[in-house]
Amino acid sequence: MPLDSVALAAIWLTFKLASVTTLVLLLIGTPIAWWLARTTSRMKGPIGAVVALPLVLPPTVLGFYLLVAMGPNGFIGQFTQSLGLGTLPFTFAGLVVGSVFYSLPFVVQPLQNAFEAIGERPLEAAATLRAGPWDTFFSVVLPLARPGFITASILGFAHTVGEFGVVLMIGGNIPGQTRVVSVQIYDHVEAMEYAQAHWLAGGMLLFSFLVLLVLYGSRLKQGWRG
Amino acid sequence: MSDAATNSGIQARFRLDYADFSLDVDLQLPGRGVTALFGHSGSGKTTLLRCVAGLERSGQGELTVNGERWQNNAQNLFVPPHRRPIGYVFQEANLFTHLSVRRNLEFGMRRVPAPQRRVALEQAVKLLGIDHLLERMPDRLSGGERQRVGIARALLTSPRLLLMDEPLAALDLKRKTEILPYLERLHDELDIPVLYVSHSPDEVARLADHVVLLEQGRAIAQGELRETLARLDLPTAFSDDAGVVVEGEIAGHDAHYHLTRLTFPGGEVLVSQRSEALGQRLRFRVHARDVSLALQRAEGSSITNLLPARVEAMVAADTPAHVLVRLDAGGTPLLARITRRSADQLAITPGQALWAQIKTVALLG
Repeated sequence: MPLDSVALAAIWLTFKLASVTTLVLLLIGTPIAWWLARTTSRMKGPIGAVVALPLVLPPTVLGFYLLVAMGPNGFIGQFTQSLGLGTLPFTFAGLVVGSVFYSLPFVVQPLQNAFEAIGERPLEAAATLRAGPWDTFFSVVLPLARPGFITASILGFAHTVGEFGVVLMIGGNIPGQTRVVSVQIYDHVEAMEYAQAHWLAGGMLLFSFLVLLVLYGSRLKQGWRG
Repeated sequence: MSDAATNSGIQARFRLDYADFSLDVDLQLPGRGVTALFGHSGSGKTTLLRCVAGLERSGQGELTVNGERWQNNAQNLFVPPHRRPIGYVFQEANLFTHLSVRRNLEFGMRRVPAPQRRVALEQAVKLLGIDHLLERMPDRLSGGERQRVGIARALLTSPRLLLMDEPLAALDLKRKTEILPYLERLHDELDIPVLYVSHSPDEVARLADHVVLLEQGRAIAQGELRETLARLDLPTAFSDDAGVVVEGEIAGHDAHYHLTRLTFPGGEVLVSQRSEALGQRLRFRVHARDVSLALQRAEGSSITNLLPARVEAMVAADTPAHVLVRLDAGGTPLLARITRRSADQLAITPGQALWAQIKTVALLG
């Protein structure tokens, strides 16, 4: 049997992690991207750089700091403990927090580009047509930025599926809790179980290729229409 | 918000400073009819319009429109654009590309409470001749069609003030002539005051009742259209395009020569035959460069339109070779742009009676 129950559990966990992370990212990434796209504040540069940090940092660095921050003596850890939630490392919630940081630029940047491309003019038109700011956001900005939201969701999801370093640092290797596909593959290789590793690695390769195919294919179509 | 003391008209006082441009105006504008904000590009006319709409938040000042206060920085009052009962027509229509023409039209209309709607969808669609376009997407429209949809969309919010930012500037001559009649119908059929930004003397002459002349962010003149266009002290704004607007009435058609006779206070002119009925009123422009002067009534000339006139004043024109003469043709002001040499030879002096020979009458409509 190519995919045993352990592998299926890892796949399911990966899928769940990527879905939850993408949802959280769309919720917090949208206001960040909107602010970055519209602000003239001097903080635009520094905030933009912080958002982009995960693009260049080794995931282990990010994971290390998150591990410390979420630990019993870290500020996130103190906070979660005061809420009676315990600490986040080596839990699914901790993985979500780590993944959100890790994939943040992959969601914020496409959204920011989409918002910037919309420009000022449709917003002004909406304002002169009696639409308030929230109304304008939902009835004009969201539909016009739809391609940006699709790209952001796909990239956020796919990038989370592909994470390894951060998970290893803050999630460890707990079956059903934190053992995602990439970690599972690592385990198989460590144990010299190349056949199982092949099945999972091949699946990841196919998945990644299909995601990018959909992404670039849809961009091409938009190019023709526009 | 209503203020009984200033119950009609528009009081607009704005100050705004950018690095390379400043606006400083204090205007009392009529609360009805079409008021043209006229000037070169960079004169601040669009900025002024955006201040009135509330789109330019950095503009400091006061704005009261027909008794309603929209802005008063001293009292920290600023009504945001979406709460102002305005219609705004953008220079390039600015339609929502994700919505069909119908949904574009409905966008503003649906956000106005039903009891406040005074313009029906069918009415606006008919007025602007866009009924065949309703199901199209904006990217399938021509520039002229887009602009007509933009105008209808603004009208459908039942605005109490219509702001139009060079609605014809992005269009070629053919499209302009296609839209102008609709704008005139707007003027005739709907009683909405309009602020109309333009740099085209022809558009202003054709549509406006009142004109504000802007230069480098200052209002250098304002007043009733005919009076303002005939003023001699405003040379830079009009320069080569100086001229007056006259409104005449169709008094007769000459079927043999295919001409139409237009009468106005002080005389009459013959123009190429028109299809309009007798009694219909038409505006026409007489450019100063198309008016020459003669001491006697010229005989044996091909120029048919001759008017007796009296010299009122003379000033230097835009070139050192020319002068601009203001004439009174029996109650109708005229401008003539002639060479300084001719002025000397004819010994032009105020009060002098002479003949104005009009080479071309530019009909507006």
